[in-house]
Amino acid sequence: MAEARDNVLDVETLSIALRQDDATVPIVEDISFSLARGEVLALVGESGSGKSLTALSLMQLLSKELAITKGRILLHAADGGVTDIVGLGANGRAIEAIRGRRMGMIFQEPMSSFSPIHTIGAQIAEVAMIHEKVTREEARRRAAELLAKVGIPDPVRALDRYPQEFSGGMRQRAMIARALICGPGLLIADEPTTALDVTIQSQILDLMRKLKNELGMAILFITHDLGIVAQMADRVAIMYSGRIVESGPVRDIFRRPVHPYTRALLEAVPRLGDIDRHRKIRPIAGSIPNIFDVPQGCRFHPRCPAAQLPRCAEAPPPRYDAGRHHVSCIHGAEELGR
Amino acid sequence: MSLIDTYRAYRARPKAIRRTDLASQWQLMWWRFRKHRMAMLGMILLGLFGVCVLFPEPISPYAPFERNSKYVAGAPMMPHFFEADGTFHPRPFVYGVKSERDPVTLKLRHTRDETKIWEIAFFVKGDPYHLFGLIPLDIHLFGTREGFIHLFGTDFTGLDIFSRTIHACRVSLSVGLVGVLVSFVLGAAIGGAAGYFGGQFDNIVMRIIEFIRSIPTLPLWLALAAALPRDWGPLPTYLAVTAILALLGWTWLARTVRSKLLATRHEDFVLAAKLSGCSDSRIIRRHLLPSFMSYLIVDTSIAFPEILLAETSLSFLGLGLREPVESWGVLLYAAQSIRSVDQAPWLMIPGLFVIVAVLAFNFLGDGLRDAADPYSK
Repeated sequence: MAEARDNVLDVETLSIALRQDDATVPIVEDISFSLARGEVLALVGESGSGKSLTALSLMQLLSKELAITKGRILLHAADGGVTDIVGLGANGRAIEAIRGRRMGMIFQEPMSSFSPIHTIGAQIAEVAMIHEKVTREEARRRAAELLAKVGIPDPVRALDRYPQEFSGGMRQRAMIARALICGPGLLIADEPTTALDVTIQSQILDLMRKLKNELGMAILFITHDLGIVAQMADRVAIMYSGRIVESGPVRDIFRRPVHPYTRALLEAVPRLGDIDRHRKIRPIAGSIPNIFDVPQGCRFHPRCPAAQLPRCAEAPPPRYDAGRHHVSCIHGAEELGR
Repeated sequence: MSLIDTYRAYRARPKAIRRTDLASQWQLMWWRFRKHRMAMLGMILLGLFGVCVLFPEPISPYAPFERNSKYVAGAPMMPHFFEADGTFHPRPFVYGVKSERDPVTLKLRHTRDETKIWEIAFFVKGDPYHLFGLIPLDIHLFGTREGFIHLFGTDFTGLDIFSRTIHACRVSLSVGLVGVLVSFVLGAAIGGAAGYFGGQFDNIVMRIIEFIRSIPTLPLWLALAAALPRDWGPLPTYLAVTAILALLGWTWLARTVRSKLLATRHEDFVLAAKLSGCSDSRIIRRHLLPSFMSYLIVDTSIAFPEILLAETSLSFLGLGLREPVESWGVLLYAAQSIRSVDQAPWLMIPGLFVIVAVLAFNFLGDGLRDAADPYSK
């Protein structure tokens, strides 16, 4: 299956743990997903569910206290070569050659993600100069090209501007240009629009979609906004407390959510016309568990309206598959079968 | 004035209108620096010292090793514009010298001979020298066509103290400059790595710095300098003294750099640089250090006099540089004896140069520190 789909990235049973004095506390457990060329996978979850850590671990940029304890991250090159990111370690030339070249990343804070003392152009061109050893002029030319592509007016002059002269939306566009200058096969977008207002947000999403179609890269889109998921993603994976609880094509998940957590998330999304129809948004009771004190069995069971005690509290829930729709819940069999 | 008016005026005469919001950081620093009179004075003085460092041979009237046997241990000769009877002399001159032996002690005594007038000439031919060791020249900025001129007097062997002091600028200031540059590089690299990586490495580096700083400096210099073989030539000794001062001087900067990096290493732009595949050393060099370069420059200009004084004290104590190298410390070493204090107090004039240089650097550093933060009032 993996070969047939022309994958860019395969993540297999990835686990991340926090190392404390003598114990290790698992934070992300047994995450598996894959991304095909030109596909957008949305990773959705509450704050603290481990989605940003998963993204950083793909680049081997976890902070020192955190470590990948298990699993493989396979990055496929266009020529068919496969690199295991986990095997490269967190330092050294091998991983540096991958960051920014084979994988680009943009994140939430467009305000501070550029150094205030260099021009935008210098910081974008730098990436090409590091990875492809091109001359300064060539790198500048390409940076201008990219800036034009991400929709910055007068790109040649924009090269010599400082980040603080850019608005938030322009900075996020410049950030995208910086992530894409080496033509990576995978773009990781960690809540790229959270800090922007709604108009700019939709512009940036349109831009990312356009660039994806033009350049044929895959996007791992991390967000907690289900509205964006519906707009952007082909597939979605729902994370809860360090595990993927449900994943599948966006249509299936939005039309027939199986996991009670997914259902609760969808219930919590406000829609136009809610007031007229007297529909109330139902928040999910309780909060995400503390990583130092996670519940046994299914991690969602203390908050789950459909929990069957004591079964749910004893063992991790079984995983059920129906085509490309996967769910980890005891209700999975009956619900998926329906 | 409304913003549009300001803008029009700015377009018409960009130089005349100062808009703090249109100026670059260096412009702001310069405007503020210029208001600091003492700092400007310091900068001018250091500029003059710089000229002395580059061109000591044409500035001084004599070669530093040229003995004047007619004027041994002679007092400074003052240039005059008015003759004894009050007539104005458009060209400055010095009075001639009359030498006679004391009938009792048989000591040569020099007295001013107001009947002889030696005019000061500019761009005169004198002792030949090689400019920058390459270009053969014999032109000196000033001198006399008949007789001689010793502005700061001569020492017990008849060497011209003015010429020697000017020549000594080169060694004294270059020891300071090289020492400061080496400690700048060491401090930025070691402090940068400690602050950036943190953890155990930071811990070890900080303990080492505390250890070095806890040793009283003067005895430490003395011990290290005394360890230098006495039979080393002037150049190896010069290099070794510079190295000693630099190796002990990097700690101040390492601490500043470390604390700044600790504060900035978690900025998002650092993560963004990592995401783009920048190596750690590139992030430190290109993204972190330049963000507080102005502070580093200030710190360096304040550290400069410390190294200058260190070299001077070592040479003064006879443990650093020695004759025939000229440095201010070496010149002052000769001024220590009771004999020179009694008979040739002008041997201490190079000390004034040390004081002026140290003060100039301190003023400059002061002005730079104020200027580095242009928005502070």
